[in-house]
Amino acid sequence: MSAFQEITQAAREDERVEFSAEAKKKIEWIYTRYPNREAALLPVLRVAEKEFDGIGAAAIDCIAREMGLSPGYIYGVFTFYTHYKRAGEGKYVLQVCATLPCALRGCRDVVHHLEDKLGIKPGETTEDGKFTLKKVECLASCDTAPVVQINDDYHENLTLEDLDKLLESFE
Amino acid sequence: MAELDLSKYEKILFKHVDQEGSDTIDYYLKHGGYEGAKKAITEHRPSEVIDIVKESNLRGRGGAGFPCGVKWSFVPQNTDKPKYFVVNADESEPGTFKDRVLIERDPHSIIEGIIIGSYAIKCNVAYLYIRGELVYGYEQLVKAVKEAYDKGMLGKGLFGTDYNLDLTIHRGAGAYICGEETGLLSSLEGKRGQPKIKPPFPAVEGLFRCPTVVNNVETVCNLQHIINRGAEWFKNIGPEKGPGPKLLCVSGHVNKPGTYEVPMGINLKQLIYDVAGGVWKGNKLKAVIPGGTSAKVLKAEEVDVPCDFDSMMAIDTMLGSGAVIVMDDTTDMVDALYNIIRFYHHESCGQCTPCREGTGWLEKILKRIMAGHGRMEDIDTMLNICDRMVGKTICVLADAAAFPCSSIVTKFRSEFEAKIQQGAGYDKRIFTGGPLVQPGAVSRHNQERRKDKDTPNRISLDPELISKPSQSKVETTS
Repeated sequence: MSAFQEITQAAREDERVEFSAEAKKKIEWIYTRYPNREAALLPVLRVAEKEFDGIGAAAIDCIAREMGLSPGYIYGVFTFYTHYKRAGEGKYVLQVCATLPCALRGCRDVVHHLEDKLGIKPGETTEDGKFTLKKVECLASCDTAPVVQINDDYHENLTLEDLDKLLESFE
Repeated sequence: MAELDLSKYEKILFKHVDQEGSDTIDYYLKHGGYEGAKKAITEHRPSEVIDIVKESNLRGRGGAGFPCGVKWSFVPQNTDKPKYFVVNADESEPGTFKDRVLIERDPHSIIEGIIIGSYAIKCNVAYLYIRGELVYGYEQLVKAVKEAYDKGMLGKGLFGTDYNLDLTIHRGAGAYICGEETGLLSSLEGKRGQPKIKPPFPAVEGLFRCPTVVNNVETVCNLQHIINRGAEWFKNIGPEKGPGPKLLCVSGHVNKPGTYEVPMGINLKQLIYDVAGGVWKGNKLKAVIPGGTSAKVLKAEEVDVPCDFDSMMAIDTMLGSGAVIVMDDTTDMVDALYNIIRFYHHESCGQCTPCREGTGWLEKILKRIMAGHGRMEDIDTMLNICDRMVGKTICVLADAAAFPCSSIVTKFRSEFEAKIQQGAGYDKRIFTGGPLVQPGAVSRHNQERRKDKDTPNRISLDPELISKPSQSKVETTS
């Protein structure tokens, strides 16, 4: 199904999702920080990311109604940026930095190790929906390479043993 | 080159970052915090602040090295439109991690710099654009801004005057191009982070089509020190035309990677061998990228050079964001370049054809060479593509991809040639003018073509010439 069809379907009354009162309050505050509503789109996408645990067609439809922008426009902006959590991604998103300084210090081993361990390729999610593996660009932590960002946290100076321990610590 | 005695150097930007609680406003106020902002607002007129910063020769630390005071003076004085002061904390140049330290460990020094900068251009609304990945940094800044509002450092009537300033922390979401100033402004407006054509420059028509100044985090952190201690003091640190403390990030194959505060003009060799502990595992130095992956690469014998904007420009590279990436003699330069180009292809915003297609072609060619299917003319094709990218696009991302590519290919050409010759034989027919030819042998195809004298031959079919590359292959790989 195309993104357009997905959003159209999500816009049907019975499949709609709505922001909670708390999120709405946050969004109202965000509006006050910018001279126009459109500028609040990136922060509002962040609110939606937390609210709906990843942004999908339903979240885009919800933001479109909230902000008075077209779903197509929001989809265009949303897909331009790579860091938002997308709907369907695992509980833990493993983002391995693959840019030059990390590559010089062995990020490739980290990626291969994770691929073997989890049985998925970068861009895929494990069947139990627990882990998503992603290769990302420079995380601004080149002095502590190799680096993996797992959800919001950086894990730095990783060895493969550290990585194993880390994966076990996630339930 | 003479080495600097760093033991006498007094840290300015990183003075407090190692201290416990340096991120709180109480600590900051106890150590002379917000004095510079107070002095600027209560003792100087905005135009005087611009003059002091101009006089200090402070140059932007984001990459281009444009004089900060001059940039401010482009903002129109008499305009009905609101003005904006924007701080670029979208630190995403590969190898750069200096602003992250300031953001996480000394956020109030950034806020103080923002107050001074905003006052100088007479604006009342400031934004700080931080990259989305730095979640902890974002939380630290939000906390610091809240503290600053509570203590009256932000908001209405700063330091008992009628000057008001609002600051909002805006979080990006993972796009390298948003570090480019017009791309950043597009992103702040809630759009895709696509750069805009200049002119009009942001100083005249920037955020929300109003006059806007965009400064780097490290640049604004220098401001309070210039106000407090004067332009003359600042000019005495390092070379006069681009003075001041500089944060340099050393990464890659060194023993002690990290961010180091040094005076501008430190020798690059001294930085790598003394400050950062030398090349790891006792290996030899092979190449250094001195200013983030967008800069042209330096060979090991070229590193005896001062780290400042003009000296780097004189040897045809740039200090950029101060990201020194060190590569030892085990590094495969083809692989390194492939990594760099893959990055730029991924991050190209796609507006301009030379960049969108050029980075893609370069990536494909390098991938082919890596896979063993390279062709000898690929090397010149890459250089040709680079020529067609530089200066032909809205922003400098195309240049940033072309510079490392052309410099690595030119300076390490033999490695590319060796890799291509090592590769699978099948594709060598392009180079040799026919199907794969064994050393000394002449293929049937070539013999046939030779008979037919009317066939125009672009490539010489002399068996001697045909066999040469294959012979040299044996030499390079053995």
